[in-house]
Amino acid sequence: MPNIYKTVAYALTVGAAVIALTAPAAAQWKPTKPVEFVVPAGTGGGADQMARTIQGIVEKHKLMSESLVVVNKSGAAGAEGFLAVKGANRDPHKIIITLSNLFTTPLATNVPFNWKDLTPLAMLALDEFILWVNAETPYKTAQEYLAAVKAAPATSPMKMAGTGSKQEDQIITAQIEQALGVKFTYVPFRGGGDVAVQLVGKHVDSTVNNPIEAVAQWRAGSLRPLCVFDSKRLPYNDKIAGTMSWGDIPTCREQGLAIEYLMLRGLFMAPGVTQEQVAYYVGVMQKVRETQEWKDLMANGAFNQTFMTGDAYRKWVADAETMHRAVMDKAGFLAK
Amino acid sequence: MDEIQALFHGFTVAAQPLNLVLMMVGILLGVLIGVLPGLGGANGVAILLPLTFSMSPTSAIIMLSCIYWGALFGGAITSVLFNIPGEPWSVATTFDGFPMAKQGKAGEALTAAFTSSFVGALVAVLMITFLAPLVAKFALKFGPPEYFSVALLTFCSFIGMAKGTPFKTVVAMMLGFALAGIGLDNVTGQLRMTFGTEQLLRGFDFLIAVIGLFGIGEILLTMEEGLNFKGESARMKMRVVIDTWKELPRYWATSIRSCLVGCWMGITPGGATPASFMGYGLAKRFAKDKDKDSFGRGNIEGVVAPETAAHAAGTSALLPMLTLGIPGSPTAAVLLGGLIIWGLQPGPLLFVEQKDFVWGLIASMYLGNIAGLLVVLTTVPFFAAILRIPFSIIAPIIIVICAVGAYTVHNAMFDVYLMLGFGVVGYVFKKLDYPLAPLVLALVLGDRAEENFRQSMLISQGNLSVFWSNPLVGSITGLSMILLFWPLISLILQKLKTK
Repeated sequence: MPNIYKTVAYALTVGAAVIALTAPAAAQWKPTKPVEFVVPAGTGGGADQMARTIQGIVEKHKLMSESLVVVNKSGAAGAEGFLAVKGANRDPHKIIITLSNLFTTPLATNVPFNWKDLTPLAMLALDEFILWVNAETPYKTAQEYLAAVKAAPATSPMKMAGTGSKQEDQIITAQIEQALGVKFTYVPFRGGGDVAVQLVGKHVDSTVNNPIEAVAQWRAGSLRPLCVFDSKRLPYNDKIAGTMSWGDIPTCREQGLAIEYLMLRGLFMAPGVTQEQVAYYVGVMQKVRETQEWKDLMANGAFNQTFMTGDAYRKWVADAETMHRAVMDKAGFLAK
Repeated sequence: MDEIQALFHGFTVAAQPLNLVLMMVGILLGVLIGVLPGLGGANGVAILLPLTFSMSPTSAIIMLSCIYWGALFGGAITSVLFNIPGEPWSVATTFDGFPMAKQGKAGEALTAAFTSSFVGALVAVLMITFLAPLVAKFALKFGPPEYFSVALLTFCSFIGMAKGTPFKTVVAMMLGFALAGIGLDNVTGQLRMTFGTEQLLRGFDFLIAVIGLFGIGEILLTMEEGLNFKGESARMKMRVVIDTWKELPRYWATSIRSCLVGCWMGITPGGATPASFMGYGLAKRFAKDKDKDSFGRGNIEGVVAPETAAHAAGTSALLPMLTLGIPGSPTAAVLLGGLIIWGLQPGPLLFVEQKDFVWGLIASMYLGNIAGLLVVLTTVPFFAAILRIPFSIIAPIIIVICAVGAYTVHNAMFDVYLMLGFGVVGYVFKKLDYPLAPLVLALVLGDRAEENFRQSMLISQGNLSVFWSNPLVGSITGLSMILLFWPLISLILQKLKTK
């Protein structure tokens, strides 16, 4: 008999222990302290704006029990931020927003990190790229401009301005060069706003600015969009500049330039975090996406609103990395 | 006189009670942010930005821009009192502000700093009010060669400023250039001189260097000199303000020069920091021979010049942000992000489409600066009185504030060690009579200048004549050359005369 009691007692203890273990997992995981939202870029840029908008939305609509604190770690083209999150093993109180430097920085500089070191959380949106020229130039279509690029003498090629070196803007430039066998002089600047103004001032011939970086100058009639580097036209039909809407800009493919490039605006977490923790932030971001503020931001910047999580997201990132490696290898941008 | 009408409309927007309250809150927060080294205006605005999303855009920008004015004012306080620039643009203020404080004239120095800040801002706001469209067009003329020539002009207007031999100035400047080169090279996208360490990826932030070189270095020196900090005689009366005001009109020429330099640097966008150095350099160059020696030893003109220029530049930096969407300073960059989040598009059409917003902001620049001046002037006696605290008590507090400031820049502990290292460098430099200013200047402007130079070379296919290719860039480059070789030229002229 005592044995039976013992067994029952044992079974009860084990049962209680099992319940005790599963109970917190069943209840949703929640952050227990303020969450650090790392931006691997400077203040005022596209990623920073998005992060701060999310922070504002979360605060305004009370979407999280703890506050979200934006921290800029922009050193070495964002490597500082990625290394900080990579080093925070199993810390669920850090999330990072990425731009294309997730791929380009380690490939161009050999700084030791890769997206596989981090835990993919969700793709928030994709940023579009548009080929712009000064509105006072005679080029009305991408075909006309690219013909002029081809015709330019080798001693003074057309000048393409872009943000940073061996990053997204220069990669698109390299793709155009590779596709058409032409040559640009690529001039790197610090930010998208600088780039747009250099084009307005006619110090360069073209740019591949994001919509949000050049929209003001387009509306003022000083810049002209030629084509968008996406598979289909942008789904925004409100009139922006005169009679033109984002949707009226042809794709580069239509113009005989079969190049697509979209920049990831996605979130990652530290390595080793649990599924519950990932699920919590995915839930928060889904709520963010439903707010009017978020929709306004998307429309303002003519973003591609693809949202992905889990395996689909992981696969997208892996494909994007392969693409970047191939283009950068061909252009000679890879670190030796 | 459309502008006048629009401005008065702006005043009715800005003078709503809620906006006035936000203005005062902004100024007070800004002064606090400015006083703490490391926590700059850009950080302060960025931290508070999300709080403003539920406000109307006009109220939000009024509060945030007032934080910016507050930070511009506040940066001078620690520069004068402890030789620690609270903000990058107040480095040049330490050159004469701190010696004044040591002589027991902290109240005078602070009053001069605040008043000239106000004058600079006022001139810049007047320019924004009446010349905005014209000035915006001018800024478009600036490409890489023009930016480089402006940087060159800043360096050249600075040469000969130091008291030591030119050789020592060059050594200090070269060291600054070398430090500025560490980290990512923006033109090639390659890492330079990081020796494979993660800590050096960020490069050397100028703020950390400044906190160490000036703040910690000064404390080490004072310790050696026997812990006496001659601030006890600081008076605590409001009379100081009035007395200093009586003296200030004498420096009208310096003020005008600094206003011009400041507005120019703010628009182009060189920023407030180079403007303050350039203002100081020019004031010294144009000073009468007998006054030249007193620069760096507590000459009040050496406080007026950089502060006027910095504040004029800081204010006019908002103009390219509003009209072109390019930020003239880091803080303006953050405000620019805010504009977009609030659903406004900065750019040429902002003045047409968002009249309330633009003119409300411009009106708040007038009101905010007046409010700011009143706030900081009433605090002058209190701040000056801090110097009456014995050094043995105040020194540890300063070191703690410096450490916190250095940490805040990148949230990195390594930077605190770096700051201590720079402190020792600052001490050694002072002991060996090497000037610190050229090093700091090279560290601030070095990488930008290098980038602009290489961008120019890319554009011109490696042809140096690009720096003479149009009247604008040609005249700036020419002016820099004249300033650079002026000591030589004046020497030759003198020889010719004696012959």
